[in-house]
Amino acid sequence: MINSSLKTLAQMLANKEISSVELTQTFLNRIDAYNPVINAYIALDHEKTLAQAKAADVRIAAGNATPLTGIPIAQKDIFCAEGWKTTCGSKMLENFIAPYDAHVITQFDHAGAVNLGKTNMDEFAMGSSNETSYFGGVKNPWDFTRVPGGSSGGSAAAVAARLCAAATGTDTGGSIRQPASLCGFTGLKPTYGVVSRYGMIAFASSLDQAGPMAKSAEDCALMMNVMAGFDERDSTSLNRDKEDYTRDLNKPLQGLRVGLPKEFFADGLDAGVATVIEDAIAEYKKLGAEIVEISLPNTSLSIPVYYVLAPAEASSNLSRYDGVRYGHRASEYTDLMDMYCKSRAEGFGAEVKRRILIGTYVLSAGYYDAYYLKAQQIRRLIAQDFEEAFKKCDVIMGPAAPSTAFKAGEKVDDPVAMYLQDIYTISTNLAGLPGMSVPAGFATSTDGKSLPVGLQIIGNYFDEARMLNVAHQYQQVTDWHAQAPTLDKPEGSA
Amino acid sequence: MEWEVVIGLETHTQLRTNTKIFSGASTTYGAEPNTQACEVSIALPGVLPVLNKEAVNCAIKFGLAVNAEIAPRSVFARKNYFYPDLPKGYQISQYELPVVGKGAVTIQVPAVGKNAAYEKVINITRAHLEEDAGKSVHGAVEDMSGIDLNRAGTPLLEIVTEPDMRSAAEAVAYAKKLHELVQWIGICDGNMQEGSFRCDVNVSVRPKGTEKLGTRREIKNLNSFKFMQQAIEYETRWQIETLEDGGTIQQATVLFNPDTGETRAMRSKEEANDYRYFPDPDLLPLAITAADKARVAEEMPELPEAMKLRFETQFGLTSYDAASLTASRELAQYFVETVDAGADAKPAANWVMGAISAKLNAEEKTLAESPVSAVNLASLLKRIADNTISNNAAKQVFEAMWNGEGDVDAIIDAKGLKQVSDTGAIEAIIDEVLAANAAMVEEFKAGKEKAFNALVGQAMKASKGKANPAQVNEVLKKKLGA
Repeated sequence: MINSSLKTLAQMLANKEISSVELTQTFLNRIDAYNPVINAYIALDHEKTLAQAKAADVRIAAGNATPLTGIPIAQKDIFCAEGWKTTCGSKMLENFIAPYDAHVITQFDHAGAVNLGKTNMDEFAMGSSNETSYFGGVKNPWDFTRVPGGSSGGSAAAVAARLCAAATGTDTGGSIRQPASLCGFTGLKPTYGVVSRYGMIAFASSLDQAGPMAKSAEDCALMMNVMAGFDERDSTSLNRDKEDYTRDLNKPLQGLRVGLPKEFFADGLDAGVATVIEDAIAEYKKLGAEIVEISLPNTSLSIPVYYVLAPAEASSNLSRYDGVRYGHRASEYTDLMDMYCKSRAEGFGAEVKRRILIGTYVLSAGYYDAYYLKAQQIRRLIAQDFEEAFKKCDVIMGPAAPSTAFKAGEKVDDPVAMYLQDIYTISTNLAGLPGMSVPAGFATSTDGKSLPVGLQIIGNYFDEARMLNVAHQYQQVTDWHAQAPTLDKPEGSA
Repeated sequence: MEWEVVIGLETHTQLRTNTKIFSGASTTYGAEPNTQACEVSIALPGVLPVLNKEAVNCAIKFGLAVNAEIAPRSVFARKNYFYPDLPKGYQISQYELPVVGKGAVTIQVPAVGKNAAYEKVINITRAHLEEDAGKSVHGAVEDMSGIDLNRAGTPLLEIVTEPDMRSAAEAVAYAKKLHELVQWIGICDGNMQEGSFRCDVNVSVRPKGTEKLGTRREIKNLNSFKFMQQAIEYETRWQIETLEDGGTIQQATVLFNPDTGETRAMRSKEEANDYRYFPDPDLLPLAITAADKARVAEEMPELPEAMKLRFETQFGLTSYDAASLTASRELAQYFVETVDAGADAKPAANWVMGAISAKLNAEEKTLAESPVSAVNLASLLKRIADNTISNNAAKQVFEAMWNGEGDVDAIIDAKGLKQVSDTGAIEAIIDEVLAANAAMVEEFKAGKEKAFNALVGQAMKASKGKANPAQVNEVLKKKLGA
C-alpha cells in the first residue's frame, strides 16, 4: 500500500478497501518508526492529521471525493499552514505558528487531502543538501550517510522512504529536481506563475515556484491538478484556464523531438550519471523520439547570475525578520540597532547570512549596475538561449544533477562546490521554464553504493502536460521510478 | 549681498481609497491600534502585495489634472531600510519609472504689502505611488515602545516639484493650490491634522543673479501652512546668516519645532541610508493604456483652470475674481449655485468672496456649515437688484439671515428696511433737508463740492436709510440746479 500510486489509493478509498484514517495511520506509524533517524519531518501533529483523515472519510462516504481526498501528503515547511508551526528550517521562525494558510495548503484542503506534517528543509530554502536546516540534516533513504539533496530534502526523503503518499516542494534553483534525482523519485517544477506563491515563505521571489514531489509522473499530474491555478493574491500568478495535467499522459511519443544541450554533457558531469542519462535517451529513441543536438551557450553563466539575483531578492525578502513583530528576538540588547543585530545574528544560520551579505552588496549604490543590472541582462540571454532551442525541439533532456547523492559533510565547507549541484537546474528558474526530474537508473559510487540518478526534462512555457506525458511513457516501459530503498529496520522494532 | 532663496516641495498626499495600496485592509483613520493590520500589513512570512486599482486611478487623475505625462509603464521598487514601523524592512515605492511624469500647476501668489498679487507656473517633476509606514507609539506601555500598523500600507502619492519657488509665500501658495487641487479631483481628503497631506520642503539660498544652486536642507513633515511659512522663513534666515558669517551649509534633513519656531538638523547626509532600490519582483510593472486614461478622464470634474476661464468668459468676471472663486471646489460650487438661483454673477461673486468668506473665516466654518445657503444668498441679491433694499440695508439683512432670523422678505419686513423709491416722498424729504440746512446749501453754491455729499447724508438720515440713494442724488442735483 505504501508503494501504491495515488490513483490506486483513491480507488481503494472509494471502494472502502481502506479508510483515510487507516491509510493515514499507516504512514504515521512509519513516520514514528523512521523519522527519528531520517529527520524528514520537523513538525507533526497526529491529532490534527487524523482529524483531517476522519473528515476525508466522511466526504468519501458522502460521495463527493476528489482524486486526492483522504490521501496523506507531506508539506514542505515553507508553506504557512494555519495552526501549524511554520519555520522554513530556521531558528528565526522556530516558534512561529502560522495564523493563515498558504494558497497551496488551501488547495489541498479543498481537495480533501490530509496534511501529514511539515517537512525539513534547508534554512529559507538556501542549500542543496538540507544541511543548512536549523533542525538538523536529513538522511538519504538510499544511504543514511548521504544527503537527500535540497532544499526540499525532507519532502524528498519522505517520498523516497514512503513516509507519505506524495509531497510538496519548492524550487528556486533546483530544490525539487536535484533532491528528486538524489532520492530517486519524480519531481516537477512548473512554469513560473502556475502555482501561487501566496503563503509560501519567500526566498527569491522571481525564481521561487512550488511543485509536486511524488512516485511517478502520473502522481505528479494529479498533484498539479490541485496545486496549479490562478490566485489573485499573487500578482505574478498567471490567469489561465484550469487544466487537467493528466490529459496527455497516454499520448504516444512518436516523432517527439528531444533536444540534448551539449553544455549539459561537458566537464563536471559524473561518468556514472552520464551513462544512465545516455541509456535513458536510448530508451526514448525506442519510444519513437528523434534526438536533436542543441546548445545553451550561456549555461555556465547561470550560476554566477543566480548568485547575484537570488541573494539580492533574498536580502530584501528576509528583512522582515527583525525581531519586532514575530520570530526570534535576542533576549538582551542595548538599543534598537543592537536588537536588530543580535536577533538576526542569532536567528539566521551561516548560509543565510552569507546570501544576505552578497545580496546587500550587489544592490548597494555603486555596485548595482555592475552586478544586479548586468545579471538581469544575462538572465534575458539565458531565456533567449532556450527560446532558440525550442525552435528545434519539443523537450530538452539531460541530467538533473551532476552527481549522485554525496556524503553528509562533504561539501558544507565549500559553498561553490555546493552551488554547482544546481548547474543543470538553475537556468530553467532564470528563464521561468518548467523542469522535472525522473528516475532513470542507478550509478555506483566509489564506495560501491548503488545510488539513484534523475533524468531532467525541460519543457517550454506551460508545457507541463506534455512533459508529464513524456515522463509517463518512459515510466510505462521502465521501472526505475518504482524502486524504493530498503530501509534498515529501526531500532526496537520487531 | 542680496540673496535668493530656492525652494522645491515633496508632498505626500494620502489617497482616498477604502483599502490599502497592496492589501484589502481598511484605511479608516483613528481605529484601535493594529485592528486594521491584516497579514499583509504586518508582513507575515509568505504574504504578497496586490496593487489597489483605485490608487492607480487616483494617480491618473492627478496626472490629468496637472497636464502631466502618465507613464504607459511604471515600476514598483523596494526601498530597503530597517525601522520598527516598517514591517517588511522595505517600503514599496516607485523609483526610476514613476507613474506620473512632468506636469505643471499655476499658482496665485497673494499681494503682500506693496507687492502686488501675481501668478506663477510651478513645474511638477514627477509623482509616484508608494505605501505609508506604520507608527511608533511611545508611552502606551511603560518602558516600552509600541507599534501601530494601522497606517502601514496606506496609499500615498508623492508629488515632487522642480526648485521653482523663490519665497515662502510662493511655497505656501503652491502647497495651498496643491492641497485644494487634490481635494478638487477627489483623490485626497486634505485633512492635515490626520496627516493626509504632508510636505517636505527643500530650501537653499544663493547670491541673487547666480545660477548655481546652493546646498539644500530638507525640512521634513510640515503639516500646516502656517508652520511651513515660519519654517521656510527661519531656515532661509539661518542659511543666509550662516553663509554671511563665513560658514557653509551641509546637506541635511531638518525638523521644524513649532514651539521655538526653529529648524534643527535631524541627520546629516553622511549618515543617510543606502536604500538599495531594486524593482519589486512581487509586482508586475504597472501598465496604463490610453483607454485607462480616457475612462478616468470621464470621471474627472471640471478642473479649476477651465472653470476659471469659463467664469471669465461666461460671467465677465476679472481674472482675479475668477481665480479666487475657483480656489476651492466648494466655493466655486457655491458661487455657481447662487447664480443658478437667479443672482447676477458680479454681485454674487462679490458677496461670496466678501461677506460670506469673511463670516466663514471669522467663525472658522466651512461652506457646508454656512447658515446662509447659496439659494438664500441669491434671494437677498435679487432684492438688491429689484431695488427693494439698498446695499447698506442688505448688509443688515444678511447679518440677520446668518443669525437664523428667517428668510429675506420676512427680515426686510420685520426690520422695515424696504427702500423708499417714491419720487414724491423723496422730494418731500429733500425739501425739508434743504430748508433745515441753508448754510450747507450756501457752501455748495459757493463751490464746495463736499457740501453736496453732506446734504445726501442728511437726506438719507432723514429717511432712516430707506431712501434709494441714487434717487436722492438725482433729485438733490435737480433741486440745487447742479
